Amino acid sequence: MSATTNRRPLFLTIYSCLVFAFIYLPILVLVIYSFNRDGVGGFPPRHFTFDWYRQLTTDSALWNSVLNSLYVAAGAVFVSLTLGLLAALALDRADFPGKALFRRLVLLPLILPGIITGLSLLMFAVAAGLGRGLTAVFFGHGTALISVATTEIFAGLQKLDRRQEEASLDLGATPWRTFWLVTLPNLRLSLIAAGLLIFTLSMDEIAVTFFLIGSDNTLPQEIWGRLRRGITPEINAISTLILLVSIILITIWYRLRTRTQKSSL
Amino acid sequence: MYSRLYKLAISLPPLFWVTLFLLVPYALMFAHSFWVTQDGVILHNWSFHQYKELLSQPLYATVFFRTMRVAASVTLLSLLLGYPLAYFLSFHAGPRKELLYQLVIVPLWVSYLVRGYAWKTILGTDGVLNGALQYLHITHEPVSALLYSPFAVILMLTHIYTPFVFLPIYASLEHIPRPLLEASSDLGASPRSTFLRVILPLSMPGLLAGATFAFVLTLGDFLAPLLVGGSSSTMIANVVQSLFGAAYDWPLGAAISVFILFITVGLLFFTEHLEKRWTFQ
Repeated sequence: MSATTNRRPLFLTIYSCLVFAFIYLPILVLVIYSFNRDGVGGFPPRHFTFDWYRQLTTDSALWNSVLNSLYVAAGAVFVSLTLGLLAALALDRADFPGKALFRRLVLLPLILPGIITGLSLLMFAVAAGLGRGLTAVFFGHGTALISVATTEIFAGLQKLDRRQEEASLDLGATPWRTFWLVTLPNLRLSLIAAGLLIFTLSMDEIAVTFFLIGSDNTLPQEIWGRLRRGITPEINAISTLILLVSIILITIWYRLRTRTQKSSL
Repeated sequence: MYSRLYKLAISLPPLFWVTLFLLVPYALMFAHSFWVTQDGVILHNWSFHQYKELLSQPLYATVFFRTMRVAASVTLLSLLLGYPLAYFLSFHAGPRKELLYQLVIVPLWVSYLVRGYAWKTILGTDGVLNGALQYLHITHEPVSALLYSPFAVILMLTHIYTPFVFLPIYASLEHIPRPLLEASSDLGASPRSTFLRVILPLSMPGLLAGATFAFVLTLGDFLAPLLVGGSSSTMIANVVQSLFGAAYDWPLGAAISVFILFITVGLLFFTEHLEKRWTFQ
């Protein structure tokens, strides 16, 4: 190792610690105040309590919104994984006119602000007579998140050993059997990782949902509505739980992802 | 190796779906921007009316330039926070590199709303920061300028996009061949000039990708101004959102959306081009 990589500059170390503090401090404050009896503000937090969590357990509107979100997220995972898998395969193996355009179009929701995708889908839902509501939200998430599924699965596909598929086809298996018995099992980890990511993103999505939602709220929309009516630590409590679930899912996703990368070497 | 039928089977369903549920909706947005409303009804009379309206009302220009300022600030601040952090992790983190990397990317996927809400509780008049300032006798009454200002929007979005900016920069720093740095210092370059003449140019593609991310996502954000910004920090996407809501003028809203879309896509093409130019051969 050279001198440049070994010496640890003091200033940079302190600066990086401060950046970490900036990233984590707001999240920490949120968690701490979910146990504060006296409300979301005030300093220092004084009386420790589980009351806000207890209040959550009897909050039926909130749990309904959780169920709605789960319904949307499950559907979105199914739709975007199926189509994302096919899109990734198509981008990898098929040539057709407009392929470059197709790639850009699929990835567009990833880079466009949510409001543009949300409003476009709203106009479509209205024009198609579907109207707003959970079904529209489900179609919206399912479609917008194909972008995430495609990138994740395409990355997994690049690491696949092609010779296995070739061997299967050469030995007389139909393309269909080869797909089910060779391609799909080899993509298993990428698919699970993509699914977890899509699930997390759908559960949190708000910009696209904002325009497609009807009278049934998703969880983020329910929280959004409550923020306007005034805030209590109950929102801190539900946020802390959301945080916990996302961190768990993302950690699993990250482990799966690094495992697929290692297994490919 | 793959048969024609197989290729059709994998391409047709996503092609069909994406055309129906993405291309048609985006086209519909485009079409709306050339229509007009009269007495609350959308008429399919093709014209540039909405675009003329956009250019003639100074209000839109004001909001647009404010949005550009906020987006530029968020981009600059995220770079100032994200780049040194990525540099530290890539070159000086030692054995804890992997753990620290994970610590940066976890918040990336933590709910936008949760993080925005956290800032709301911190910056409010009765918020944590004001409480702490008074507790420590730094101020004697609550500072009300913290929340509901463009400052709060910039702070919240910088917090959200710093990990976004970090990620591509870190990836490009990790790709720099370490022997290059040794060569640079062996040939007598100071650490400073090694950074300016080797590391910085080689990490340019990551830096550009991160900056584009932060800029584009801020440009189209309407939630942060609603959550922590207040009326003084209305951004261009808020105008769109209200035109689609209470104001009920879809064609004008669509015209502004198309405008945002073109800026976004234009920026992406521009930085993609720059990234290619900066990519080390």
